[in-house]
Amino acid sequence: MSNVFIALQTNEESRYIVEALLEDNPTAVVDEQPAMVKINVPGTLVLRRETVEEKMGRPFDLQEMQVNLITLSGHVDEDENEFRLSWND
Amino acid sequence: MQIDLRTVSIKPLRNTFDHLVRRFGDKPASRYQEGSYDIQADTNLQYRPSWDPEHELHDAGRTAIVMSDWYALKDPRQFYYGAYTLARARQQEAAEASFTFVESRALLDQMDAATRSRALAVLMPLRHAAWGANMNNTSMCADGYGTLITQPCMYHAMDNLGVAQYLTRLGLLLGDAATLEAGREAWLNDAAWQPLRRLVEKTLVTRDWFELFVAQNFVLDGLLYPLIYGQFVDKHLNAHGGAGVSMLTAFMSEWHDETRRWIDAVLKTAAAESAANQALLSDWTRQWRGRAAEALSPIAQQALGASAAEVLATVEQSFNDRAAKLGLTL
Amino acid sequence: MDMSVKKKLGLKEKYALMTRNLGWEPSYEKREDVYPLLDYEGIKIHDWDTWEDPFRLTMDSYWKYQAEKERKLYAIIDAFNQNNGHLNVTDARYINAMKVFLSAVPALEYNAHRGFARLGRHMGGVGPQVACQMQAIDEMRHCQTQIHSISNYNRFYNGIHDWKHMNDRLWYLSVPKSFFEDACTCGPFEFIIAIGFSFEYVLTNLVFVPFVSGAAYNGDMGTMTFGFSAQSDEARHMTLGLEVIKFMLEQDPANLPIVQKWIDKWTWRGVRLLTIVAMMMDYMLPKRVMSWKEAWEIYFEENGMSLFKDLARYGIKVPDCVEQIKKEKDHLSHQAWTTFYAAAPMTNFHTWIPSDDELDWLSAKYPDTFDKYYRPRFEFFREQAEKGERFVNPNLPQLCQVCQIPMLFTEPDDPTQIAYRQSEHDGEKYHFCSDHCQHIFDNEPEKYVEAWLPVHQILQGNCFAEGDDPSAPDFDPIASVMKYWHLENGRDNGDFAGSEDEKNFAAWRGMTTSNT
Repeated sequence: MSNVFIALQTNEESRYIVEALLEDNPTAVVDEQPAMVKINVPGTLVLRRETVEEKMGRPFDLQEMQVNLITLSGHVDEDENEFRLSWND
Repeated sequence: MQIDLRTVSIKPLRNTFDHLVRRFGDKPASRYQEGSYDIQADTNLQYRPSWDPEHELHDAGRTAIVMSDWYALKDPRQFYYGAYTLARARQQEAAEASFTFVESRALLDQMDAATRSRALAVLMPLRHAAWGANMNNTSMCADGYGTLITQPCMYHAMDNLGVAQYLTRLGLLLGDAATLEAGREAWLNDAAWQPLRRLVEKTLVTRDWFELFVAQNFVLDGLLYPLIYGQFVDKHLNAHGGAGVSMLTAFMSEWHDETRRWIDAVLKTAAAESAANQALLSDWTRQWRGRAAEALSPIAQQALGASAAEVLATVEQSFNDRAAKLGLTL
Repeated sequence: MDMSVKKKLGLKEKYALMTRNLGWEPSYEKREDVYPLLDYEGIKIHDWDTWEDPFRLTMDSYWKYQAEKERKLYAIIDAFNQNNGHLNVTDARYINAMKVFLSAVPALEYNAHRGFARLGRHMGGVGPQVACQMQAIDEMRHCQTQIHSISNYNRFYNGIHDWKHMNDRLWYLSVPKSFFEDACTCGPFEFIIAIGFSFEYVLTNLVFVPFVSGAAYNGDMGTMTFGFSAQSDEARHMTLGLEVIKFMLEQDPANLPIVQKWIDKWTWRGVRLLTIVAMMMDYMLPKRVMSWKEAWEIYFEENGMSLFKDLARYGIKVPDCVEQIKKEKDHLSHQAWTTFYAAAPMTNFHTWIPSDDELDWLSAKYPDTFDKYYRPRFEFFREQAEKGERFVNPNLPQLCQVCQIPMLFTEPDDPTQIAYRQSEHDGEKYHFCSDHCQHIFDNEPEKYVEAWLPVHQILQGNCFAEGDDPSAPDFDPIASVMKYWHLENGRDNGDFAGSEDEKNFAAWRGMTTSNT
């Protein structure tokens, strides 16, 4: 199964996003690079709004992620509750 | 604002890039200048465009207007991307506050049913006119010559889309998806809207990008915005309990005033360049003004009833004054 | 009045009303007159409405988030410049990577701005149109944030004082220039495969992720910020590229061979273009995060191949060139850097021989090739330099007719043999660096005979400074060409060692760390 990934700038906000990602994706692997953190997950990655909100302690719009996003890989499917990356192979 | 935090003071070797020194002299350049002047390639272009083999990739010959320097068309707002998005984000914040305010105070309920349905009847089909404007400005960006004009055209196109989306939100607040559908139906089939739709479709097949600039940004929107947002919304609806609508379209009025400075500057500079340009711009303005006034007449009728002709005449008069100030002869 | 509670619209439904619902089928004008560019490439689209929007940004959110990114970015650039951040980079050799970047990249971004505007107008459905328009305006952003971030380096260092002028003229810059002009002169569907798919999806990660992470590692906060900030837009752009490919393939089986041909062509074109990035990563970052080869394995072999695996269900095959690409990853950066080193008098950045610990790093990262083929070359260069006979290639190199890179690549299976290929068209001979560039030419010779090859142009006398008289007895052709490029001989070019950049950086850094 191929990996999908998402990379975020290392900062205070992405910290919570990363925490949420690790909670919701048990097979996730974190790769720390200078100024960025890359999360690799086999097959599918899900980011749930609720989980991020729990971590941040405030309402979160998934599109806010745009501000700290560096790059990603996989097909994107986004609605107001979930941001999902996947490969169909 | 620049705060000097330097720990050591070292003297730079040069103030800015050479191409800016050649234009503006040897001094530090603004971010607008650095990000805009001479960026488009104009030398040693390779390959003929498969979509337009008559011209080079970037070719000043895609319009009949002739400029000795296309970088004379300065945007008085000096919008580069950062300045542009910051300006729009501020306006967006204000608009967001207005939407919240209007919704929470139920301001739209102050309109009676007739006013409300008139507001929707006039504003909803304009979502599609704004989409037409978006396509046209995108087209000017694609076909234009020089960064100084392609960049604001793209900003303008995104603004046009923003306008269409504000109108959509307004429709959803005043009604629901069916409300938008009714507006669409009117745009496609109502007799009153057909002249405008025909005109917009005609702009979509107009290939000279500068003519398109005149037709869309100067003439059509130069008449439509004052008529709809100035006269109909801010005066007429406001006087009939529609202050809420007026708040929700504040972006459009403000935007029209702001962008007008850019449009005027472009036309004034191009017209002052040569008698040939001046004649062509005047001619285009005349032709499109005739068509636009005709297309807007049934809409003015629907919006303003008995006073339509008089209001439209006032709007046209101030448009003519504006054109004269820019050096055009109509 | 209607007081019933409104159904709350979901993001997808709302976005559909905010975008695709705005369009309409024209009836006063013919559809083919409104959208005249959709048919001529042979791509068949039956139903534009089946387009799936990947990111659903309306203009209000776009303005909001982009403004936030811009605010952060410019705050960092301002702080970096005001604190003389350029003196905090690892060493001044690093700045040469930024010179290459500014000379090559913003002009590409600008062309992408125009190209996507064309698609934003001419795609046949509102969904893809809006996505292309957002990309068109984003590309203007990238062009400008790059110029703004690097502009301060120009105030203190040489080589990029006339970057735009050089971009249209200087020999090695015709490589990126021709790449984008090639793409922009294609039809809309090929353009989006070229830029949206091959360039953005398969390749930009290599430029903007490991390289920019390397910039951060070397203390360049400004570049790090514009790089990462730009790539966050690229995430949208890559997704658009992928979406368009799927869309074309789903619409009609007849699209498959056309799309495959474009993927093959543009994967190769893009890989060739990245040669220079390979060199920047392995040679121009004083502190290294990872080697080009490692980056390549993560972002091309692993990530790019996942993508091809995914597209296999539509019948898309991995491009043939991938075989050769695999073999080249051990060689590319070394061949490029030695070429530039040997061409040092003709470039607008400085070159150098890697230090001993850098040579060791390269040996460790390229155990199969570096010591065998390239280390001896650098040792030879060093010996020559120490003898006062700095090695310079005295000839103008032959360029590949397609990628326009000098003939520096070796045969895929013999790293000691420079690869040459040749085709004939209309009685003229044309030269190529590889089977794949030759193949691209053979498919479209009429297009590629129009290439503007700097070396040919110099030899034909088209690149002398205005006013210079080639028949004058004291005419110096090289000096005249440098003048045509606006290259300041002795300041912009040549060795880093002994350069004005080196001296200034040392003196200025001294001022920040001592009291004299």
